[in-house]
Order: sequence, then structure tokens, then C-alpha cells
Amino acid sequence: MSRSEPILKVENITKSFGTAHILKGVDLELPKGGIKILIGPSGGGKSTLLQCLNCLVTPDSGTIWFNGSVVDIQKSKELYAFRQQVGMIFQDFNLFDHLTALDNIIIALCKVKKKNKQQAKERAMVELEQVGLSDKGHLYPAELSGGQKQRVAIARALAMDPKVLLLDEPTSALDPELVGEVVAVIRSLAQKGMTMIMATHQISLIRNLADEILFMKDGLIAEQGTPRELLGAGVCTLSQGFCDKLNEITGEEI
Amino acid sequence: MFESLTVIKDALPYLLKGSFATGGIVLGAMLIGLTLGVLMACGMVYGRRWVRWVVGFYIWFFQGVPVLVLLFLFYFGLFNYLGFNFTAFTSVTIVLGMTTAAYQANIFRGAILSLPIGQFKAANALGMSNVQAIIHIVLPQVLRISIPAWSNEFSIILKDSALAFVIGAPEIMARTQFVASRTYQHLPLYITAGLIYFVLTWSGVKGLRALENKVRIPGYSHQGK
Ligand SMILES: Nc1ncnc2c1ncn2[C@@H]1O[C@H](COP(=O)(O)OP(=O)(O)OP(=O)(O)O)[C@@H](O)[C@H]1O
Ligand SMILES: [Mg+2]
Repeated sequence: MSRSEPILKVENITKSFGTAHILKGVDLELPKGGIKILIGPSGGGKSTLLQCLNCLVTPDSGTIWFNGSVVDIQKSKELYAFRQQVGMIFQDFNLFDHLTALDNIIIALCKVKKKNKQQAKERAMVELEQVGLSDKGHLYPAELSGGQKQRVAIARALAMDPKVLLLDEPTSALDPELVGEVVAVIRSLAQKGMTMIMATHQISLIRNLADEILFMKDGLIAEQGTPRELLGAGVCTLSQGFCDKLNEITGEEI
Repeated sequence: MFESLTVIKDALPYLLKGSFATGGIVLGAMLIGLTLGVLMACGMVYGRRWVRWVVGFYIWFFQGVPVLVLLFLFYFGLFNYLGFNFTAFTSVTIVLGMTTAAYQANIFRGAILSLPIGQFKAANALGMSNVQAIIHIVLPQVLRISIPAWSNEFSIILKDSALAFVIGAPEIMARTQFVASRTYQHLPLYITAGLIYFVLTWSGVKGLRALENKVRIPGYSHQGK
């Protein structure tokens, strides 16, 4: 992995909410095409870290490099341009409730990328097709199932041509029978070489997709390594223990 | 009895003409209130500390002083003092507009706060600026949510507009009073005026309800339809 230049790199990210230190100095390097998976106990700071990566939560300190240069998050123009290139998928989808699936995708293309309506629409249709929803473009979020909503959210992010995708438990809010359709979309993204960092408790994703697993605990990366290193037969790691616990709950085999 | 009816019949066109003035005052005031209200609500929620302080003071002032006092204060005092030569009609419109703005600001603020924060984050994550997120994501939903409360505000302002008669704006109440003072048919005339207000309020509220249904987001009905 260290062969290729990191597309996204952060150093010494810290964040406190009031007196609670949530992130205590996290370093992270994401090489082009790499897939890192964040796991760890609830409250460990995974969501906070992901949102610090594109400054939806402003870190108290730390430096962000994107494509080799430092992002000056004090300059709004620079920050907005940076965020355009970093897609984000949320646990609870966060579709725009007043817009149809199609318009959810179109709006940022028009307002941020300044495409004209026709170009934006064509692009949006392509993305909906990719996630298997070309016939659902006219529906509003309230008319979609959870899995469909998340697929629209993915299509919306991809339409912006992000260089990196941040995914925060993309399947955790879904009914078990809907998890599969979203996992399939994420897998196909991985096959196409999308650079991703994802928090997830989905054992199959952790096991099969990750180049590297980052185990987060108490605001620090407590353990990091390939799935083989951390979850291989006979190893005794925090990650192994954590995944065993997940297995007990889901009954899934690793 | 018969005499009352003829008075009403004769006065009706004259009174009804007043509803144009009333309508103009209410429309103008509601639009001023909408514009200022939306800006102030955004200022209260997203603004810096000094913005929130200024808006807070504005709301405190306009909610705390009776409309009639405000009207006199501005019409006889402040507008003159500042060198504006506003007519009674314009003055009433502006004062009612600034008053309803204070209430509307709170209506819109509540609606903004009721939206899940996630959509704002999603807009930011796509590269939208905060202003773009407010304009394209927050406000379209906030305005929809606010229609029922806004419709209350509309009916309040419509009735408050009757206060305009005290400074002589030629609206329904002023005209009614004028006829009544000449014909001494107070009761039938004020009943007529009341009915005109009633019809205006009713159609306005009805219209806003129709608007509410027209812009309702599909899939969000609470009636299971
Ligand atoms: N806006 C906030 N204000 C105050 N505390 C917060 C805020 N956001 C997060 N926290 C706290 O930060 C800690 C880390 O939260 P975070 O959501 O990052 O955890 P997580 O690892 O994503 O957990 P989970 O697996 O449950 O999603 C929690 O203790 C949470 O209470
Ligand atoms: Mg989380």
C-alpha cells in the first residue's frame, strides 16, 4: 500500500466536545484505491473521525492533506472544493426530503458543479442505473425503502465524481433483508477501485473488502493491520474479540 | 329594520372598496414579515453571537409593545423624525410587517430546528456552502412546514389591520366608522364590517390550506392516504 501516494492523509486529529476528549490524536493515510475499515466499540469515535475527515465536524487540531497538498480549512472556498471531492455516506441516509430521488442527485450537480439541468439529469440517470434504481427516480425519499434510500444516497455521492468515499455504517439502519442490496453496491464500487474508508459492523465487508482494518477505541487507533493479521486463525487481537462478539449477535461466520 | 338594510345596501360598495386597502395592507405586511422573518430566523439559528443578540432584541421589542403604540410611535414619531413622508397606508403596512416579522421569525426558527441536522451535513458533504444549503435544502422544507402557523399569523394581521383606522388609512374599519358616524346605524354597519372581515379571513385561510396541500411532499401524509 505504501507504494502509492496517499490521496487523503491526516495527522494528529484531535476533537473534544466540552470536556470529553473524543479523538486524541489520530493519524491516517489512505492510498489511492485503498479500502480501510473502521471498527470498534460504540462511542469510540468512528463517526466523529469520519466527519473530521471532511470537516463536517471541525477538528480542534490536526492537518489534512488531500492529493499531496494541505487543505486550509479556514478558507471556505478551499474547504467546499475539498468536500466536493470527498463523498460521504451516512448511516441514516440524509436524503433531502423535499426532492425526488433524481432531484436529490441533480441538485448538487447544478448548484455545486454548475452543470446545466439537462447534463445533470443525464448524469443522475446514469448513477441511478448503476445502483439499480432507474425506475425509482420520480419517487420521494418517504416513498423509498431504507435500502433504496441508501442506494440513492450512494448514487448522489458518486455523481460528484469523488476521489474518496467516506461511509459511516452504511448498512446499520437497514433491515437484515435489505443489507444485501447495499452491500452489493459497495462491493461493486470496491471492484472498480474506489478509494474508501468505512465504519461498519458488517462482518462480510470487514473480512472481504478491507485492505486494512483500523480498530478504534477511546479516541485512538488501537490496532491496525490486514484482515489476515488481525482476524486470521489463532490470532488474539482486539479486533478478533470484537468480531467474535459481532458473530454471536448476528450468527454470521467469519 | 328596513332602514338598516338600505343603509347597508348603499354603504356596501363603499365598504367593500375598503377591502382593497385592507388586502393591500395585509399582503404587504405579510410579505415584509416573511422576508424579515426568514432572515431573522436564519440569523437566530446560524448567526454569530452579535446577530443573535440584535435579532433577539428586535423580537423582544416588537413582541413586547402593543401594535397600537408601535403604530403611533412610528407614524407620528419615528417616520417623521427620520424624514420619511409615508402615507397612513404605507405606515400601517410597514409597522404591521415589522410586528409580524417578529412572530414569523420564531415560526421559521422552530421549523428550522425541527429539521434533522443530517440533511444540512449531507449538503455540506456534497460541497454546498452553508448559504446554498440554507437556500436549497433548509428553506424549501421550512416554508412548507410553516404554512399552518403562518396562516394563523395571517388571520391575526388581517384583523389587526383594522387598527389602521386610527390614523385614517382608508380600509374597511375606517370606512365603516365614517358611514356609521353619519347614519347612526352603528349595529348593522359593524355587523357588515365584521362579516367582510370574516369572509376575507376565511378565504385567505382556505387558500393557504390549499397551498399547503399543493406543496405537500409525497409520502409524508399523516392520514395514511
Ligand atoms: N455533537 C456532539 N456533542 C457531544 N458529544 C458528542 C457529539 N458527537 C459525538 N459525541 C460523543 O462522542 C463520542 C464518540 O461518538 P461517535 O459517534 O464518534 O462514536 P462511534 O464510534 O461512531 O460510535 P457508534 O459505533 O455507536 O456509531 C460519544 O461518546 C458521543 O457521545
Ligand atoms: Mg457512529
